[in-house]
Formats: sequence, C-alpha cells, structure tokens
Amino acid sequence: MRKLSVNSIKNIAIGAALLGAGGGGNPYIGELMAVSATRKYGEVTLLNVDEVESEALVVPASMMGAPSVQLEKFPNGQEFYKAFDLLEKRLNKKIAATFPIEAGGVNSMIPIMVAAKTGLPLVDVDSMGRALPELQMSTFTLYGHTATPMAIVDEKGNGALLETIDNVWTEKIARSIAVDMGATATVASYPLTGKDLLESGVKGVITLCEKIGEIITNVNSYSTVAQALVALLDLTNGFCFMEAKIVDIKHTTKDGFNFGKVELEGLGNSRNKNGEVEFQNENIIFKLNGEVAITAPDIITFLDIESLNPITNEELKYGKRIYVLGVPCSDKWRTPAGIKLVGPRYFHYDVDYQPVEDLFKKVKELN
Amino acid sequence: MKRLGIDVGGTNTDAVLLDEQSRVIASVKTHTTVDIQTGINNAINDVLKKSKVDPKTIKQAMLGTTQCTNAIVERKGLAKVGVIRLGYPATTSVEPYAEWPIDIVNELSGKFKIVKGGYEFDGQELTQLDFEELKETLLSWKGHIESIAIIGVFSAINNEQEEKVAIFVKKVLGNKIPISLSAKVGSLGLITRENATILNSALFNVIHKVSTGFTKALEKQAITDAAIFLCQNDGTLMSTKYAEKYPILTIGSGPTNSIRGAAYLAKKKNALVLDIGGTTSDIGVLSNGFPRESSIAETVGGVKTNFRMPDILSIGLGGGSIVRQQADGTVTVGPDSVGYKIEEKAIVFGGNIITTTDIAVKLGMVEVGNVNLVDKIDIKFAQQAFIVIQDMLTDALDKMKTSSQQVELILVGGGAIIAPKQISGISNIWRSNYGSVANAIGATIAQVSGEFEKIYQYDIIKRAQALEDSKSKAIKQALEAGAEDKSIKVVEIEEIPLAYAPNDTTRVKVKVVGEIK
Repeated sequence: MRKLSVNSIKNIAIGAALLGAGGGGNPYIGELMAVSATRKYGEVTLLNVDEVESEALVVPASMMGAPSVQLEKFPNGQEFYKAFDLLEKRLNKKIAATFPIEAGGVNSMIPIMVAAKTGLPLVDVDSMGRALPELQMSTFTLYGHTATPMAIVDEKGNGALLETIDNVWTEKIARSIAVDMGATATVASYPLTGKDLLESGVKGVITLCEKIGEIITNVNSYSTVAQALVALLDLTNGFCFMEAKIVDIKHTTKDGFNFGKVELEGLGNSRNKNGEVEFQNENIIFKLNGEVAITAPDIITFLDIESLNPITNEELKYGKRIYVLGVPCSDKWRTPAGIKLVGPRYFHYDVDYQPVEDLFKKVKELN
Repeated sequence: MKRLGIDVGGTNTDAVLLDEQSRVIASVKTHTTVDIQTGINNAINDVLKKSKVDPKTIKQAMLGTTQCTNAIVERKGLAKVGVIRLGYPATTSVEPYAEWPIDIVNELSGKFKIVKGGYEFDGQELTQLDFEELKETLLSWKGHIESIAIIGVFSAINNEQEEKVAIFVKKVLGNKIPISLSAKVGSLGLITRENATILNSALFNVIHKVSTGFTKALEKQAITDAAIFLCQNDGTLMSTKYAEKYPILTIGSGPTNSIRGAAYLAKKKNALVLDIGGTTSDIGVLSNGFPRESSIAETVGGVKTNFRMPDILSIGLGGGSIVRQQADGTVTVGPDSVGYKIEEKAIVFGGNIITTTDIAVKLGMVEVGNVNLVDKIDIKFAQQAFIVIQDMLTDALDKMKTSSQQVELILVGGGAIIAPKQISGISNIWRSNYGSVANAIGATIAQVSGEFEKIYQYDIIKRAQALEDSKSKAIKQALEAGAEDKSIKVVEIEEIPLAYAPNDTTRVKVKVVGEIK
C-alpha cells in the first residue's frame, strides 16, 4: 500500500502511453483529470492486488469512445457515481476498490480520478497489461468472467445497465450506445471479487507504468538518450527493432474504428531498412523489410527519438523520427485462448503468433 | 511602392527596405532595447538614413515582434481575464487554469465559470445556453476584469453559441470590453485551445501598445502612407486591426520569419534552413515555401497551448560561442557564448576569449576584426575546434532531415561565417549577403492566410462538397485578413478520420495563403 503523488501520476500517464501501443487515448487530458482530482481531494491509495480482500467487490472505471472527442468533451467526473450506483444496486453490494481496465493514456488515469473523488483505493492491476481496441479483449474473458452487468453513463445523466450473453455482444451494444452518448461514454464493467482479480488480472501494471515514466521524464539524467533507452528495454524486457523516420501515414475509419498504416524508413543503425506498422486503434503488426517482426498481443510502440516520449497514433506525423519498440505481452495472452482472442488472426492477418523475443533473435541472425 | 520590414529579436532589432521587385534597398541591425520601442525607432531611422528613400514611397510596413511573448514570460502588462467555458455538465473534471503556473493565474485574476452550453461532435447542442446564469456571472465580475475569453465545447464545429454569448457579454458589460472567441484562436482540443484563448485575452493591452507604438514610430519618420501589418507565427501577416483581436498569433513569429526570409533569398521552396546567431543555431525545415510545423504542443511561459509553431531544433553553437581546451586535451565549443559582447571579448576584436569567430578567422575562412590577433591561437587547436563545429552542425542537420537523400541548405544569420563550406548529407549550401537580416526580410515578404477546421460526416456531406465548404470558409478568412482575392492558394488540406464515430466522420483542416492587397 502506498500513496500516489502528482509526480507519480504524471509518470504513470507516460508509461501507460508506452504500453498503450499507439492507442489508449491521448495521455494529456487523462493526466489533467487525475492530477486535478488529486490536488482537490488528496492523494490516492494504491493497493497491491493481494492486499484486496478476497470477497470484496472490485470494478474497473473506464472510458469508451473516440480519443479525439475526449480531447474536446471530457467528463465532469460525477458520471462514475451513477455508474457505480447502478452496479451496486444491481449486485446489492458496495464497491470496495477500482482499477484500470487497460494501460492507455486515458484509461490508466480515469480510475485515479475516480479513486481520488470517491476515496476508494486503487488496485495495482489491469486486465490487459497494455491497451486493446475491443471490450471483450480482456484477460478476464480468458478466465470466463463476463463484462456484464455493466453500467454505461454519459455526462448528461443518462445511464444504461447491460446484461448480455457474452463479451462480444457487450462490445457491440456498448459501442453503439457510446456513439449515441456523443461518441464517448463512461463505463463500469467486469465486476469481480478480489480473489478473481488476483487470479485473472495483470499484476503491477501501474507500478510498471510509473517506472517507465520515471526513466522517460529523467531522460536528461542519463549520459545519452541511448543509455536511457537501454534502461527502458531492461525494465520492460523489450527490444528496439528500428530507428526510423515516418515517411507515410494512411488513416481510414471503418466499423467505428480507426485503421491505419505507417511506413517507415530506417535511420542510423537501421539505415537501408524499411518498416511498416498497421493499426486498429492500437498497433497490430510490424514488418521489417517485408518480414513480420512483431504482432499483437506483444506491444508495438513508437518512441520519440529525442525525448523517448511514446507517440500515440493521433500524433503521428510525416517526418517524425522514432524508435520502434517491441515489448512482450503478459504471459496470460500467450496461451491458445489468449492468441485466439487478440492474436494476429483475430485481426485478419494470416500469420501465426510468435513471441517478440524469438522474432527479435531471427531479425538479429539475418543481419 | 516600397516595403519596410522590422524584426524585433532577443538581441537585435533589424530593419530592411525592399523595392517594387522585392529587392533589398538597404538593411540595418541595431540592438534591441529594454523598452523595445526605442530599438524600433532606431532601426527605422537608420534604414531610412542609409537608403535615403522618400518615406512617403513606403506603402507597407511589417513588424515581427517578441513583445507579446515577453509579456507572457515576464507576466507584465497582462489584463485581468474572465473565463467563460460553455460545456456544463461536461468537462468540469478539468477546470480552466489547470496546471498553469500560479503567478500568471494571479496576474490574470483566475476568474472563471463553466456554464451551460457547448456542442456534441456532430454539431448538435450539448446543453442550451442559460442567459440568466451568464448575466449573474458577468455582473459578479464587473469592475474586476478587463477582458473576456469564451470557450465552447466543439466550437470548431459550431461557433454559434460563442458568437451569441459575445453579443450578450457586450450587452451586460458594455461595448468596449475586449472578447476572445476560442473558435477563432485554436483548433480541436479544449484545454489547449482554452489556454490560448485566455492568453489572447490577457494580451489586449500589450498588443494595443505595440500597434499604436509602431504606428507612431512610422509617423515620426514621416511614413504616413503605409498599410501596417504584424507577423504571425505561420509566416503570414495580419492587419493591426486583426492583430488587436488575435495578439496571441504573434507569438513565435521570429523563427518563422527567419526561415521564410532565407527561402526568399535563396529562391527555394524546399530546403533546410540554418540560422546561426551569436549564441545558438536554429535549424528549421522549409517545406513548400513554409516552415514545417512542430507536432508537439508548445509551452509559452509555462502554459501549454496548441499554437502552430515552426519545428525548430536549437543547439548551443553561435558566432560568439566560447572555445576551450579541456584538461584531457579535447576541445569543446559552447554552449556558453560572449553573445552581443563579441565586439569587445573575442580575440579578433582585441579581447581575450577564444570564440568560434576567432577559429573561423584563424583558419582563413573569413576576415573579421584584426586578423593578426589570431596569431596567438594554436593551429592544431583551431583545427580540432573546427571539427567539433562541423560535427555539431552535421548531427543537428541530420536530425531535422526528412529523408536520407542529400538536401539543400540555406545558411543565414550573423554567425554564418563559422560554418564549414561543406557538410555531409548536404548537397549544396546557399549563402546571401543579406543572410544576417533574413528575419526582417521574412517579415517584409510575408503573405496573408486563412484557416478553417471542421468535422464532417462524409456519408451525409460528400467529401468533395466538404472540402469545397472548408476552402471557401478559409478563403473568406484570408480576405478578411487583407489578402488579394486572385492570389489566394490552398497550401494545406488535412483530413483526420475520427475513431469510433459513425458515418465516416472526418476532421478537415484547410489553410490558404495570398498576397497582400
């Protein structure tokens, strides 16, 4: 158990953007919400997941919708009272703690704001260890937990309680409600017991985000940026696949998602190489010289070459110089069921998932 | 018809006069004065004397100035602002002034209210305006504030409410109160747009002083027939009337002018621009005749905004940078500099500090001051220093390149003499006799622009129609800013699809520029 200072929150936001794999929303507005609430209501208490009572009711607080809309119309911070209230009445039990559904710029910060306002403790856990585009893509699904009963609420005071037959249906119905609520909505889903959370969540994600953020914030304290990058790779067990410049970006919107492709040209040690990344909100597949080099659920993320700040896909710009990182995903995803839920084939790529560390070795051998 | 351009920088205030064919008639460099105004007067006086042109033949006068930036950074002369955000019940989780430095909040009085209003992403009303609530708020501020900032949720999509509230504010607080509307100041992103709008409202007194001061300085030199413009940070101009409404747009015009001036001198549309000053070297990218914009949010005086700033890489290397031999025998250059004191401190001027300029003289690259004085500098030391300078520039230029292909470089600035004749990765280096006043030239040749941004649903409004709509609105804005109708050209169309939203929803941004009327 420990308290989260404003500086901790700022670091967590940066780290979450890195694990967000290009998606997860813009960390700026999320950070402002969490920091504002902390300044007003005091520091949040962070619990380790094994500190939560086994029968306690724990619920992740999150936002669903278009990240670009959230930059303009963000919540008033009261929506969660209604969402939690709907769930508590339905389950006839009080919520004892909250936690992030995913590590992403916005959804890592929302529960901190909620914890600050409600006084509930925050748990150092999430259900992805990264950000992912669809609601059913949660380690909780792998353990047979349902997202419902789930409350979805807007800032005007509208709310709905969903009961569905499975988590794919929840995604489908919730998505269309979110659009009607103004393309962004507040969600309380996956009600669990402390015992279930301990078993099915990805532990220690908030602390990991904070440590990542600390390195990036203090990049100037390393003798070179390359040294800071080494520290970052050590911490995340990640690999730097490429130093590159963005030479083309294509965006399309289809079925309520942002699809896109980024083309890269090698720089420095990666000179004469080319790369491409395709994304559905989050980065899904990275090819180096035409060969698959990283796929979901491993994390493909871009860092600014100067500051090591992670770059979300809305911020991609022609000419930007980046590092392409591959970070291993949680072991929970590296199972047949996990790969089926979030592996490359789910995203319609005709390739088998191979762990990022194996693919990196292959890339090294080729050179 | 002649044109006069002034650029007020941190160290120097420069002036240039251009003739009908935009050729340089005369240029001067003077020191920037603490009050700014004296420096501007001096520069105008000097350039007129040097050129001997009849002041009456000057028909346009342009000013690029740091005064608004200085006012924000030094928290001086800022107005007390009342901030009205239209968005309740949304957005209250982050209030206006969140994470601003406390001293500037106090300076601006920190008064704000989040009232009912705002729009959804598709332009439907989020909440109806409540004029009773507005009236009560405004009356409570009466006498405590000097200007108003109005920021509506999704006003980039629909600015009707902001306009309505502005009319109402004048009704309650009187016609004279200056008002900033966020839809005119920034693009999507409520907080950064709000920050820019608040700063804009805080600058009304400052900009009034700047524009009347410039007008008076011109009158004093009998330049009475000139249309007067101020430079924006995107390389275009605005009339003083427009600038008095949007002073925030003058922030960061200096580096932009330098890049544009360099482009003009070299007659290039795509190149890297290296501006070597006394203390720093600034590298910018010229893309289709305009500076490439930075993709990260810019901070002004500790406040995060979404200004269109040029993407500039600065390194601590200038004509006055100090060159030293370290204990281990290596040679270092900068980052400290003798700055404007170069004419007393550098070796060639009889001083006792070795600067990069002395190295250039020692190696026979240039003749400045008393060349005999560099005899005391060891040639090996000079050669080592030259390699350091070369490496610093090569590295920095490489960082700004957008392709591994060789690119052209335009070299400007007072410290340009220290640069090597060849740099790896650079195909060609352009220099000009007027390179040291490139920024003032940039001010003089600036164009006028218009910009429009909106979210469209392409299956409701066809793409072609949406683009046409945006273009015509951008052109209308350029005309209002003083552009000549026939010269207006579209320079940028940006389309960003919005995730999750239905109906092929896309954010469209169009920018046009034209010559001054």
